[in-house]
Amino acid sequence: MMRVRSCLAGAAGLVLAVTLSGCGPSEPATSGSPPVVQRLTEAQYRQSIADIFAPDIKVGGRFEPGTRKGGLLAVGGSVVAVSASGFEQYDVMGRTIANQVVDAKHREALAPCKPADPKKPDAACARQTLAKYGRLLFRRPVGEKELASPLALANRAAEADGDFYAGLAFGLAQFLDSPNFIFRKDVAEADPSDSSKQRLSAYSKATRLSFFLWNTTPDNELIRAAEAGELDSRAGIAKQVDRMLASPRLETGVRAFFTDFLGFDKFDSLAKDSLIYPVFTTKVSRDAEEQTLRTLVDQLLVQKADYRDVFTSRKTFLTRNLGIVYKVPVGLESGWEAHEFPADDPHVGLLTELSFTELHAHPGRSSSTLRGKAVREILLCQKVPDPPANVNFTVVQDTSNPQFKTARERLTAHRTQATCAGCHKIMDPIGLALENFDGAGQYRSQENGAAIDPSGELDGAKFKDAAELGQALHDNPSAAACLANSVYRYGAGREFDPGEKDWQKYLLDQFARNGYRLPDLLKFIATSDAFYAVRPAGDVKEAGL
Amino acid sequence: MKMNLDRRRVLRGMLGGGAVTVALPFLDCFLNTNGTALAAGRPLPVRFGTWNWGCGMNPQRWVPTKTGTNFELGAELKYIEPVREHINVFSGFKAMLDGKPNLPHFSGVQALRAGGVAAQMGPMDAPTLDVLIGDAVGTDTRFRSLEMAATGDPKHSYSYRSATGFNPAEGSPLALYTRIFGPDFQDPNAADFKPDPNVMLRKSVLTGVTEQREDFLRQLGKADRTRMDEYFTSVRQLEQQLELQLQKPPPAEACHVQPKPADGPVGTEVGMVMANHKIMAEILAMALACNQTKIFNMVFSDSASTLRMPGEQMIHHLMTHEEPVDKALGYQPKAAYFVERSMESWALFVKTLASVREGDGTLLDNCLVMGHSDTEYARIHSISGIPVMTAGRAGGRMKTGIHVSAVGEPVTRLGFTFQQLMGVPVEKWGQGSMQTSKPVSEIVA
Repeated sequence: MMRVRSCLAGAAGLVLAVTLSGCGPSEPATSGSPPVVQRLTEAQYRQSIADIFAPDIKVGGRFEPGTRKGGLLAVGGSVVAVSASGFEQYDVMGRTIANQVVDAKHREALAPCKPADPKKPDAACARQTLAKYGRLLFRRPVGEKELASPLALANRAAEADGDFYAGLAFGLAQFLDSPNFIFRKDVAEADPSDSSKQRLSAYSKATRLSFFLWNTTPDNELIRAAEAGELDSRAGIAKQVDRMLASPRLETGVRAFFTDFLGFDKFDSLAKDSLIYPVFTTKVSRDAEEQTLRTLVDQLLVQKADYRDVFTSRKTFLTRNLGIVYKVPVGLESGWEAHEFPADDPHVGLLTELSFTELHAHPGRSSSTLRGKAVREILLCQKVPDPPANVNFTVVQDTSNPQFKTARERLTAHRTQATCAGCHKIMDPIGLALENFDGAGQYRSQENGAAIDPSGELDGAKFKDAAELGQALHDNPSAAACLANSVYRYGAGREFDPGEKDWQKYLLDQFARNGYRLPDLLKFIATSDAFYAVRPAGDVKEAGL
Repeated sequence: MKMNLDRRRVLRGMLGGGAVTVALPFLDCFLNTNGTALAAGRPLPVRFGTWNWGCGMNPQRWVPTKTGTNFELGAELKYIEPVREHINVFSGFKAMLDGKPNLPHFSGVQALRAGGVAAQMGPMDAPTLDVLIGDAVGTDTRFRSLEMAATGDPKHSYSYRSATGFNPAEGSPLALYTRIFGPDFQDPNAADFKPDPNVMLRKSVLTGVTEQREDFLRQLGKADRTRMDEYFTSVRQLEQQLELQLQKPPPAEACHVQPKPADGPVGTEVGMVMANHKIMAEILAMALACNQTKIFNMVFSDSASTLRMPGEQMIHHLMTHEEPVDKALGYQPKAAYFVERSMESWALFVKTLASVREGDGTLLDNCLVMGHSDTEYARIHSISGIPVMTAGRAGGRMKTGIHVSAVGEPVTRLGFTFQQLMGVPVEKWGQGSMQTSKPVSEIVA
């Protein structure tokens, strides 16, 4: 049921409220979701350590690969565990980090106290230090019971090693090996305003907010606000959200979202055949990734542009390395230069950026199917079914066959097979529009001597080339909806709950109402009730775990 | 007084006391009835491992026509000639779908390794063979199992405890070496042993984590409890690993640690994969000989093989679908090149384990390695005769040099047999129409 929030809450703010939020129907109530337990991603782990201790603390170690669910690693983070070899690595990292925190270089700055004698245990100083870092690592105060074990260990190890700091390192390592650090677990508590309901604890709210907007652990101020009970009110949350949106850390958070959303983890293992694509190097592909993130940050956060414009904008940033691939002279010898492609240039928007065309291609060839699939699944959030098992591609896929010189000709022949037609019809016309970009993202007008025809159709919108495909994507309602839904699922670390149907619709309406602007979307989600709504898991077993 | 006569003591005595008259038959007392060796008074461990290559084979070039011991080796299988005495070949064993779709490059692996197939792509929601066998026999070594991918990608692993319990692979030879033979390695043959007091403290770190279990699991639903229990199981496994480090390791005569490999490039170019596979095989052989693990999973190439050749537009997987069948040859020559390189590397892997002397035989004799692919004929994703081989004698429990053809039989019969050979008390295995209680008796010694 829709509730209508009063617009007269503050008479002075009336006009402002009407223009900003539209003062339309207010947030529909939701069922909430069961608590979520999410494993920190590699970036979140690294950033947390840098923020809690110091940026020069080396993490070392290797992280287990993540799992994508509904297209997002953030959602997959709520279904992964840790394998034996994965935990071994956490243990190595934990010890490496703890030893640096207490080494001669860092102990002065990082320990809040000095031991009476550095060669002996000092229970008071150990307690103070462990309580300080336990609170930051667990993102909530640690109780006496939780402190007892690392403290006893720190004292025992200090005694054994004759070194207070060596002992402290063992205590810290126990925090770092704990699931309370490696996972972020929602904690629900009884809602004082309605005893039949649960609410998310203030610390869980702080954690969710911080990883959502900054991709790192809550800072002192956010934990303080949780401690003071400020996050139990809408106003308290709004105040923190405003602070966080104004922080330079927001850029880190937005980059983390798009890295996940666009599947940029694939850059870690991206390889191209160096004989076919001598232009491809790891340096170029890392620059390509950065080009897209930098362009998105500029357009969406700095210019506060309409999200849909990322498909039609000609503005970007280039390095000299990228200039070689884009065939654009870049004056700067190193670093990034703003660039605007001229109106007659084939490079327009996200789809023609190297990060898209080279990531969605084979090591030695472009792929209309992979690119079409990526547009459908990543940018429009539509699932393309798995291919059938028994398909014969060979007759039409021979690139040396003089009858079928271009990818379009080969795929058209392939699409005439009934079993394949259904899926290829929804992928290929999109991907074929990008055939002017080879497997390494370089522009070409011909394939095997025949002119490439990039025209096609996206859900009824006809286009003649990649630029018009960008426009078609811009105008496709699924693109904006996909982003809004993904941002919410990313922040919540889960799929939409069936009890969130009305809310999901409301979210999309609000996104449209605010001109598809990302900062507004982030704020809207971060200050919503739905984002924090929680209900007990259906199958909780309290006793006899 | 009971005389404590072990092999080491006898050998020492022979050298030290000049007891050169000790006759050979005396040493027979170190052999058990199966003909496998005992070293240092302990039976040698029997290890289980898997070796995976992607995108199958060409049946007419791979499947022998004769069964039994005198089978011929076709164009793709000829590479195993130098090691054929150690190998069994299985053909015709089928993945049964029970009405579910054949998920390309996935259903076959799942049927063979997990005993069932899922309705959709995703993690395997069942313990795979290596995990089942590891739970029964692999708990007393430093590592419960070792996973490796010669392709360099940690996601290239087919070892699962559950849908959430995925065991990722080591992708770099150097990282693999460092994990096993780094600072925490204890040479089982070192003359002196002094438990490291820091190991005791490290163990206490983990005990403290284990104690958080009950509090952490509170409020969680069933699925989250299960996967967080997997986390605590992993903690417990490291605890056990440290516990072992506090005890003097039993001597392992075959254990000779080699120097660490160079930090070379990793990737999917087939030459690079073969080179890294060779180094990883050598590291693994050392790890097994030094009793670091009893369970391993080697991925030579991933299921939908991403192997590639320099200058080729298509990766191996793509070739199996898009390369035209050469009319004169009757197969896809470029795709077949990858099958042959896979078989060549499988033979090298087997030879590497066979070249380590252990007891009165070789390391390989005390192994059961299951080599397999994801499909039969990859071009059509056929799974009616998944290619499987074994290498080793499972400590004398398995016959070798045999081709077993079982057209239409469930592929789970293989996994069932291997579990029994490895000492897992299992009476039946497999889901739906693949459930079986019928071992492949042809290979049981």
